[in-house]
Amino acid sequence: MASTIRVRAVAGGDTTQVQSLIQHPMDSGFVKDSKGQIIPPHYIEVVQFEHDGKTVFTAFWGPAVSKDPYLKFSFKGAKKGDDLKVSWADNKGASDSLVAKIQ
Amino acid sequence: MSLTPDAPDHARRMILKGAVAGGLAGLGLAGSGSLIPAFAAADAKDWPENAFKQKSESDALKALYGKNVEASDQVSLDAPEIAENGAVVPVSVTTKLPKVTGIAVLVLENPFTLAAAYKIPEGTEASVAARLKMAKTSKVVAVVESNGKLYSATKEVKVTVGGCGG
Repeated sequence: MASTIRVRAVAGGDTTQVQSLIQHPMDSGFVKDSKGQIIPPHYIEVVQFEHDGKTVFTAFWGPAVSKDPYLKFSFKGAKKGDDLKVSWADNKGASDSLVAKIQ
Repeated sequence: MSLTPDAPDHARRMILKGAVAGGLAGLGLAGSGSLIPAFAAADAKDWPENAFKQKSESDALKALYGKNVEASDQVSLDAPEIAENGAVVPVSVTTKLPKVTGIAVLVLENPFTLAAAYKIPEGTEASVAARLKMAKTSKVVAVVESNGKLYSATKEVKVTVGGCGG
């Protein structure tokens, strides 16, 4: 069962750099399809990253975030082998989550 | 709920201005500390809906943080001079300001100006990179919430092919 989330978290010293790519149409609700009808808005609203029971990053996204959204950020306090949990929820009530190992 | 000492001041300002956004300030979206319980997965209830519906920079920032912003050269906004594809414009924001609790990116000419907002808990670096859609050539504004105040940097990005499908 493939996840929509791809994450690479690399620990360098005290800092872990996280890059994530999530498969999602991120439809803004402004684009029309080939029949001329508006494709309804369908986008991720919240993305959350947790390490060791603590939220280390939260993204609030709107329809202006590009399709298959990419994100990069860094945080301190984790080390190689730790778990990083990523989860997202969109405006239609769908969600997904993944636990990745920090490299 | 947030117990920041600033909260009553925000509420007073909100009531005086009569803004609907007062309700959101009460929810503690000022972004100090971690509101989201550690065990929870991403929860769409936390999404600051009102902020994402605003069309102007000041309305979006009031809805999101409840404050006004001042320009600062301590906020670094990296975005291309010319975006060949308005559907995917790489934007990154970094700052050396202390005690950063939030970062937001706005695209002024977009139908809804707030593109993304991030909560930065303690221990996380004040730096984020993402890809945004831009409807047309526009100023992009990066806002950083540091020590309870808002600072911003602005850059104009020219868009040759719009990001909204047209």
